[in-house]
Amino acid sequence: MALYHNPPMAYAQEPTTAPIEHRFNPYSDNGGSILAIAGSDFSVIAGDTRQSEGYNIQTRYARKVWQLTDKAVLATNGFAADGNNFVKRVKQRLEWYEHAHHKPMGLKSIARMIQTMLYGKRFFPYYVYNILGGIEEDGTGAVYSFDPVGSYEREACRAAGAAQSLIQPFLDNQIYFKNQQPEPGAAPFIPGNLPLGTVLSLVVDSFTSATERHIEVGDGMEIYVVMKRGRTTDDLLGDNKLAPGMTIEELPSLGESVGGVESEGEGQGGERTFLVRQALKRD
Amino acid sequence: MVAKAVEAPNVGFDFSNYARNQFFGERLQGIPKATSTGTTIVGVIFGGGDSGEEPGVCLGADTRATGGPIVADKNCEKIHYLTPQIRCCGAGTAADTEFVTNLISSNLELHALSQGRPARVVTAMTMLKQYLFRYQGHVGAHLVLGGVDVTGPQLFTVHAHGSTDKLPYVTMGSGSLAAMAVFESSFKENMKRDEAIALVARAIRSGIFNDLGSGSNVDVAVITKNGTENLRNYEMPNERGTKSRNYKFRRGTTAWTKESIRSLIVSEEIKSTSGAGKDQGGVEVVAVPTGAGAGGEEGMEIDS
Repeated sequence: MALYHNPPMAYAQEPTTAPIEHRFNPYSDNGGSILAIAGSDFSVIAGDTRQSEGYNIQTRYARKVWQLTDKAVLATNGFAADGNNFVKRVKQRLEWYEHAHHKPMGLKSIARMIQTMLYGKRFFPYYVYNILGGIEEDGTGAVYSFDPVGSYEREACRAAGAAQSLIQPFLDNQIYFKNQQPEPGAAPFIPGNLPLGTVLSLVVDSFTSATERHIEVGDGMEIYVVMKRGRTTDDLLGDNKLAPGMTIEELPSLGESVGGVESEGEGQGGERTFLVRQALKRD
Repeated sequence: MVAKAVEAPNVGFDFSNYARNQFFGERLQGIPKATSTGTTIVGVIFGGGDSGEEPGVCLGADTRATGGPIVADKNCEKIHYLTPQIRCCGAGTAADTEFVTNLISSNLELHALSQGRPARVVTAMTMLKQYLFRYQGHVGAHLVLGGVDVTGPQLFTVHAHGSTDKLPYVTMGSGSLAAMAVFESSFKENMKRDEAIALVARAIRSGIFNDLGSGSNVDVAVITKNGTENLRNYEMPNERGTKSRNYKFRRGTTAWTKESIRSLIVSEEIKSTSGAGKDQGGVEVVAVPTGAGAGGEEGMEIDS
């Protein structure tokens, strides 16, 4: 029996069916991952800090999560150049809004604005997946997630980027309680009501686990926590609330830059934003 | 009369599915991709000269295997055995490095037996390059070959297309540039054994931390004429810390649609027959317990 009909090199002589096109590609993928989880009176927005192209690390610290206002934080993932430029333009539009209306733009308005900005470049898109987190006008924690051309939705949690397929199923299980049955007689699970400590642990474990199994995730992690005005900070600033190796700082209020009068004093004040950092594996 | 075509030899790969697979590739989600060991592998020659130490070869490898951007194996072995005094580090398609080193290892053993002396490293190198050249790079094995034979320490690289280099220090794989940067800045001739191990480990670490295709641990093998020392997981700079939460699920977490419990012990009546199912008579009929098969629920007696 002949093992093959044609000599084995036949495949090498197959004609190319289409002419080879050489074209400039303005996009690239810079890896990394982001995620956000909404609580009842807080919101957590996180991202890793590695920026890569192919098998090369461009930098071990590149920012992917940005504070926009006192109650809004935006995470960008995908093509870093587009992400940085997009954030720059969003911030510009927010400043214009403040000049025109003498107040910062609300979270849901920022979400709608991001949609129009993304769709405005429908045929030359920003190659960026955005997740917007923060505090809604009614004081609830919120997460909005976008695709590159502006389709968006308010959700309780969302992961995006290189390790989306690793993290989102974990979040579906732990945040939305998918495939979990409550104890007989116990109250049903309600997504979006987990305490801050639990949410922070889930975020940390999401990133350490993604670092284990995805080559583009690692180096460091930045977690932004936005808290409703007047909410206790004991569950974040209290003793032993953070794992060893984590650092925390409170970001100064962006305030109302127009009008000059700082209406809020410390304590009762407005929304508060904290930045938690942790190192990730560097291999 | 037409000359009879030369018969295809009954060895090697079977290409009869090539056209079919190409067709599937166009129609479906593309040709399946093999696991690739995006890798850092290195080797150096040490000793001899005025080092006062036995000349030898030190090989090193990382332990990450990848499939695209996903880590397939966090602690795989990339230093393959060829003979007691020859080792081969593999980069490229994991299956190809595994099979090509296994095959050559077997052939080297047969060679040693027929010649009555240990095979030389050049022999291994020649067998590898001739095999790889035959497959024109389609066997994706990129190798660092090292060992000690009667001619002394030997170190080669073998590329998938069949070309080879003979050098005092070599690197291969996606982390080869990171590792070679270390060698180019710090390699010395006639290093001591410990110096060589430290340099190899540093070159591998450079690949682990600067190349995304490489990661996890450092494996080292040291070969001198006295034998081979396998330093598996010589360094482990990337151990995972403890998770911050415990993900043990409460018993009963998983919902079910249907519950059915049945005994696995059943008894069957066995009637001994012979020929066309005739009862021979005089043979005792014994009930033998057997495992419940597909018919467990239908017809058979079930103990309860």
